[in-house]
Amino acid sequence: MTELSKQKALVQYAAQIGDNGLIIGHRMSEWCFRAPSIEMEMALMNCALDLIGQARELYTYAATTQGEGKTEDDFAYLRDEQDFRNALLTEVPNGDWGDTIVRLFFMSAYNKLFFTALTSSKDSELAAIGAKSLKEVTYHLRFSSEWLIRLGDGTEESHTRVQNSIDSLWAYTGELFTMTDAENLLLEDGIAVDVTALKADWVTLVAQILEQATLTFPTNDWAQLGGKAKGQHTEHMGYIITDMQYMQRRYPGCEW
Amino acid sequence: MTNEQEWPLWEVFIRSKAGLDHKHCGSVHASDAEMAMESARDVYTRRSEGISIWVVPSNAITASKPEDKESLFEPADDKIYRHPTFYDIPKGAGKM
Repeated sequence: MTELSKQKALVQYAAQIGDNGLIIGHRMSEWCFRAPSIEMEMALMNCALDLIGQARELYTYAATTQGEGKTEDDFAYLRDEQDFRNALLTEVPNGDWGDTIVRLFFMSAYNKLFFTALTSSKDSELAAIGAKSLKEVTYHLRFSSEWLIRLGDGTEESHTRVQNSIDSLWAYTGELFTMTDAENLLLEDGIAVDVTALKADWVTLVAQILEQATLTFPTNDWAQLGGKAKGQHTEHMGYIITDMQYMQRRYPGCEW
Repeated sequence: MTNEQEWPLWEVFIRSKAGLDHKHCGSVHASDAEMAMESARDVYTRRSEGISIWVVPSNAITASKPEDKESLFEPADDKIYRHPTFYDIPKGAGKM
């Protein structure tokens, strides 16, 4: 096993946070022209642009740290599926409106805590990205919470369906609070966030909104892992990569 | 969707910067005030247009009727003495 250098770990770390943003941002962009109303379309596209914007900054920082003359585009368009280290939660299909809201809610609750902690990183660039992103994800959390409350406390059908969304996406939430080798290494220097320490606050936050939404907090603790630590993705990831990278693979180096 | 199930309409007013008035800029459909606020934010302030938002249920606004235009507004047209420009300022008053 080769020793992981701190520089390599930092590249991996920045890229991995960026991967979460890019993949969930791409998923949300799939709602373009399909949202239930023009207002919701604008809301989702704003969120998608925020998240993809976060990915751009993180990839740019990863590329600079790497020092091989690469750019954000190399990270987004020229890596293969197993190089992406996003949490599986970000890549599962949008499903119905309830699934999309629940995924955004779970992720935004995590992002809020994560970026809050990242603002105290000893790495000033990551701290700055954390501070900017925090404002964005705070709004995503507000938007998705309000929707979750209305779906849960809405009609019998919306309640049943959104409870199903929660139960089926729940297995993907545990992965958010696992540490990679790169994270453990950078944690020693106060650069990475200890995500295991965020779980208690996340549970409290989620439980609070679920209660307001008259929804049941899942009791199953089994977690599906693989994306973040090993680049082992769900069967859905390949389709995202194909869609997202098509232009760059078909016309290498194309720009517009 | 039938009309009864559609979200009600809200009028959106945005204050572009401190010291200025909130100005009407459009409307959104939303289930309630909080959601109207969020939609107004997403639809009307994404290019830094504002620092404050008001949303008002459209049905709370009582509007004048177009057919009343003559009786409501035209009588003012020939009362030019209601404008300050009608009056000459005495020289002694200096610049106003």
